[in-house]
Amino acid sequence: MKKTSFDIHAPGNAHHDHHDHVHDHDHDEHAPVNEHDNGPPNDYEIMSRAMQELLEEKGYIKPGQIAKRMEEFDEQFPFRGAQVVARAWVDPAFKARLLADGRAACLELGTILEAERLIAVENTPDVHNVIVCTLCSCYPRSLLGMPPSWYKSRNYRSRVVFEPRAVLKEFGTALAEDVTIRVHDSNADMRYLVIPMRPHGTEGWSEEKLSQILSRDTLVGVTVPSITNH
Amino acid sequence: MSPSPLRNSAYAPAPGHRFNIGDRVRVKTMNPPGHRRTPYYIRGKEGVVERICGAFPNPEELAYGFDGLPEKILYRVRFLQHQVWPAYQGAMKDIIEIEIYEHWLEPA
Repeated sequence: MKKTSFDIHAPGNAHHDHHDHVHDHDHDEHAPVNEHDNGPPNDYEIMSRAMQELLEEKGYIKPGQIAKRMEEFDEQFPFRGAQVVARAWVDPAFKARLLADGRAACLELGTILEAERLIAVENTPDVHNVIVCTLCSCYPRSLLGMPPSWYKSRNYRSRVVFEPRAVLKEFGTALAEDVTIRVHDSNADMRYLVIPMRPHGTEGWSEEKLSQILSRDTLVGVTVPSITNH
Repeated sequence: MSPSPLRNSAYAPAPGHRFNIGDRVRVKTMNPPGHRRTPYYIRGKEGVVERICGAFPNPEELAYGFDGLPEKILYRVRFLQHQVWPAYQGAMKDIIEIEIYEHWLEPA
């Protein structure tokens, strides 16, 4: 069901339409994941359904609870990271608190990270941050939704730790030679969020408008926000 | 310019932590079987403690249905890329940071 290929974005792709981009967050544009499109359900879908029904029957979960959770992942979580960073862009004191303790700062905005502990890392003219989980697919799901398939791919996981500049270039991100690349391996109990640099030309923008240029990829650090088309 | 100061931020209490921010540490070279959260590429490498994340149930025990107690102290350790990868082609000051549990660390 999940593609393992390195379905990287074409250079500049992430800048086209950020609304659509964010909405498409969890969906692979090339591989339909609707289980009903391709014949009968597979073994995993049957097992998953059976488990849901058992949990409902035993009273551990309510009917619809899983569907609601999936809806949250699709429709709410993917936007929360951008909201948090947009606030950090307009409020330096909030940004300082976000850097000091990401979880507590998110709570100020009513964003509950559940079990996740968050380390926010800030891009500067001298340092660019990029996040990976080399062991699996650890990802700040309650801020960014489900990880994209490229984030889980062996290609990304193995290469971005070893040749980050080359991988970023494939995402269309060309960094100046003197910028230090700081790779974060999200391999255990922390989750990571990149605070990108706020682009010139966004002075006076509302948080809402700022959040629209904060695509998922900018918050993982594989691209940087741009105001092209805005 | 330094990527960022070593941060004095504990995310959860870390009672009795053995290492402090700024300490030089080496990741132990060992290959125990089972579920381990220390990737192979970082074993045997030397870095600096960047922050102390706190005490957490040991994921290497949780993975097998145990309670993960006693909790283990988790550190964020910073390494220079060219010391991690002999063939690293990027800038000399590029870094990689990774979470390492205390029982995987020894003083360098």
